[in-house]
Order: sequence, then C-alpha cells, then structure tokens
Amino acid sequence: MQVVAFICAVLVITPLLLVFYHLTKLGFSSINLAFFTQLPRAVGETGGGMGNAIVGTFILLVEAAVIGVPIGVLGGVFLSEYAAVSVSWWVRFGADILNGVPSIVWGLVVYALVVVPMHGYSALAGGIVLGLMMVPMVMRATEEVLHLVPGGYREASLALGISKWRTILQIVVRTALRGIVTGVLLALARVAGETAPLLFTAFGNPYWPRNLTQPVAALPLQIFDYAYSPYDDWRRQAWAGALVLLLLVLFINISVRVLTRERWGAKP
Amino acid sequence: MNSVHVLPAAVAPHQTMEQKSTNAALAVRNLSVFFGTNEVLKRVSLDIASNAVTAIIGPSGCGKSTFLRSLNRMHELNPEARMTGEIRLFGDDIYASIVEPVIVRRRVGMVFQKSNPFPTMTISENVTVGLRLNGVRDKKILTERTEQSLRMAALWDEVKDRLHAPAISLSGGQQQRLCIARALAVQPEVLLMDEPASALDPLATSKIEDLILELKKNYTIVIVTHNMQQAARASDFTAFFYLGELVEFGATTKIFTSPSQKRTEDYVTGRFG
Repeated sequence: MQVVAFICAVLVITPLLLVFYHLTKLGFSSINLAFFTQLPRAVGETGGGMGNAIVGTFILLVEAAVIGVPIGVLGGVFLSEYAAVSVSWWVRFGADILNGVPSIVWGLVVYALVVVPMHGYSALAGGIVLGLMMVPMVMRATEEVLHLVPGGYREASLALGISKWRTILQIVVRTALRGIVTGVLLALARVAGETAPLLFTAFGNPYWPRNLTQPVAALPLQIFDYAYSPYDDWRRQAWAGALVLLLLVLFINISVRVLTRERWGAKP
Repeated sequence: MNSVHVLPAAVAPHQTMEQKSTNAALAVRNLSVFFGTNEVLKRVSLDIASNAVTAIIGPSGCGKSTFLRSLNRMHELNPEARMTGEIRLFGDDIYASIVEPVIVRRRVGMVFQKSNPFPTMTISENVTVGLRLNGVRDKKILTERTEQSLRMAALWDEVKDRLHAPAISLSGGQQQRLCIARALAVQPEVLLMDEPASALDPLATSKIEDLILELKKNYTIVIVTHNMQQAARASDFTAFFYLGELVEFGATTKIFTSPSQKRTEDYVTGRFG
C-alpha cells in the first residue's frame, strides 16, 4: 500500500519536473536581455523579444487586481461578518459556480459586454475579464481566512466600545491580512496564465502598449501565436515565453509560501 | 471587608429613581433574557454596589454569563437575543432606545475567560487600542494612559522595558493582566470579568485576585466564577444563580456561612454543581 502511494506521489510530481526540464532545455537559450526589452521582429529577422507581452501581462494583472481585490475582499468580509446565513449560503453557492465557469465563457461575456459596445478589443476589456475571474476566488479565500480568526478577538474589540466596522477593519482583517494577501496572490497566479479569455478581449498587439483602449499583448497570447507559427525562430521564443510565464507563477507561489510560513500571526 | 451599608438583597421592582441616591453602580430590575424562545434569565432584580466586588456563582448553564453580558449588552452579539426589564448604570437606562451599545461598552468594560490580546499588536498597542480606534491621537495621552493602565493591572514592572514586543510573547497570566489593562485604558466605570482566572495556574490566579482587590478602590467589579474559594476570597457580595433565576444575593460572608436558601447551601458546600 505504502509503495503504491509512493509511486502515485512520484507520478504527481513527474509532470512538473518534465515541464520544467523541457521548457528550460528549449527555452533557456532564447532568454536574454533583448527578450525582456525588445519588441518582436518581423519574420525572417533574428533577435527581438517579448517585451510588449511581458509589460502587457503586467498591465493586465494590475487592472485585474484593481477590479478583483476590492470587490473580492469586501465581498468576503460581507460573507464572513455581516451576511445572514441564508444570504451567505446563496452568495457562496454563486461564487463557487463562478469559480467553475470555463474561462472561454468569461471571455465571451466580456466580449459582449465591453468589447462590442466599445467597438474594439482593448487592454481594459482584458483587465476586466481577469478581474471578474479573480472576484469569486478572492472572495472565497477572504471569507475562509476571516472565519479562522477566533471570535474572542471580535468580542474583545467590541467590549472596548469599538464600533463593528472598525473592529472588522482594524482587528479582524488585520489579523487575517496575511491569509488575504495569500488568497489574492494565488488568484493572480491563476489568471496570469489565462489565455482563452484574452483571445477576444485583450486580443494581442505586436507593439508597446500605449493606452488602455488599445489591444494589448499578453504572454500567454503571444506564446499561443508563436507556438502556432511555422517559423523556428518564433517557436523558440514561444518556449522562452512559456518558461518566463512559469517562473512568474512559480515566483508568486514561492512568495505565498514565505508569507504563510508564519501563520498570519495567530497564536501557535 | 463586609461591613457594608448597602442592602443588596432582593429589592422591589420599579424602585428606580431612588437608586441614584444609594451607591448602586448597576440597578437591575426584572431582567429577563431570551435566546429565541428559550428564557435564559428569569426576572432577575439586584443592585450591584459601586467600588465593591460582586461575584456571580452557579452551576454551568445557570445564566450567569448571560447575566454578565447583559450588563454591557454583549449578549446582543447573538442575533436571537432579546431582553425585557431594565438596567440602570448610575441612573442611566442602558437599554434606552437612543443609547448605542458602543457607548455602554465604553462605560462597562469586560475581561474574558480566555486571554485575547490582539496578536498583530505590541504590548503598548494593545493597551491603547480602545483609545486609538475611538479617535484619540494625542501621543502624550496615549503614553500616559499606557503606563497608568499597566500599573493598575500590576504589569508595568514586568513589561516596561519591552512595550514594543508582540503581546503574544507574554505568558498566559501576563496576557490576562494585559487584557485587564486594555479594558482599564478606556476608563470604564464598571469592569465585568467572565471567569478571568479559570485558564491560569494558581500563582497567576492569585495575582489576578490581588489585582481585583486593588482595583475595587476605583472600579465596580462584577466577576463570574466557578471557583467557590475565589468568590469567598475576592468578593464583597455574592449572587447565586440557578436555572436562570437569582436564588440568593447578599454579603459574601453570609452566603458562604449562613445562606437562607437550601439550594445555595448545597451549592456552596459542593453538594451539587
């Protein structure tokens, strides 16, 4: 039994190691300063980079955070601290369904709601779709860590004559802050690699982003485009892009580990 | 210590306005508390003398914690809770419709069974949190009040060199005294204590008891306890609750030596409960 379990455990890790090995082998040689700082070159010209896609991904993540973090965190606070049981059950149920909605569907919805009325693909639409996807994730994560804050802290604060909203903001949320940040980072890591919802929102763009109403490049989109192309040079860059994207997600996950090492300050 | 000139024994209902002239800090009249349809406290009336320690005793589930929490409206955290009757704090009806629970709680502080200093804050931040979150910004006042409160809680000498250390670095007994200091810092008139020493070792417990005797010079203290010896040692008056009713209330010496009710005698001598 133990042996079987061990083999299964190894099987779980193997794909990760394979992905890492493969990406490093094929992509590492194409990573250089130009890859981060230059625009893609025309077909046939060697060199160039994915600077536009890296900046684009960063812009999209900032937009997504601006939309997803406040709504998600406040929604989680509402669920945990204010909502009546019947209300919170429905909101939680809705959030769980939203978490399971395929990302291409999110893309279609935002295409209809933002891209069509604005008459064009845009960085704004890309940020909105990623932000909307973050909301239910951040909300559920926030709610769960707020539930972990012992009720004694709420009581102690209220008994000092501190109002409820100050208690929630300055005592409860502050106690759970590490957990909330963790939830936000994990949600960011998840949407950072999303491709499908960006296909008809952010769309992609071979130039530097200029403003939010223009289409914008994103690493996953550019990887998709380049991997599909018949040019060896582009495919090598796609591998490099995939490696950078993986490292970005890995970096976020390691940050989360570091943050959660001290269990958000509660008593051991 | 019990040569007292108040008559705390059951008082007739609706004897409200005169209470101001006696030295009752809290006058409770016909207090009933319900959680849903469950009547947890049944028509309780008693006067809690100011600058004295009143102990609330009784077996588990007798309503003593609910009684304590009704004195600063903390029982209202339970959305099912409902009350009838009247409680006056130095003459002021704390359940009057214009009175916010927040204001009542600033005047009637509370210390809980489990010490609960805020884990994200330092020792001094914990002491001043009630002031800071109610808008006091003046550094001088905050510093003064920190020392004053920690001294009153008999903790100053132990922590004066590490006021900026995390509060959870203190021992269990120190944490509980920190919670007392935190409650005192907002300068309440009454201090409620819900089994404040039940989670502590005997040495820490005796420190808390000494502290209670010291604090009654300036505060009115109501303490819920399961520990008969503690009630006998630390309190001036004792109220015995059973199944939501106030069975007997009087000077502690009388309750422990010659109670008038059989049930009280059985409980304080350990025959049940």
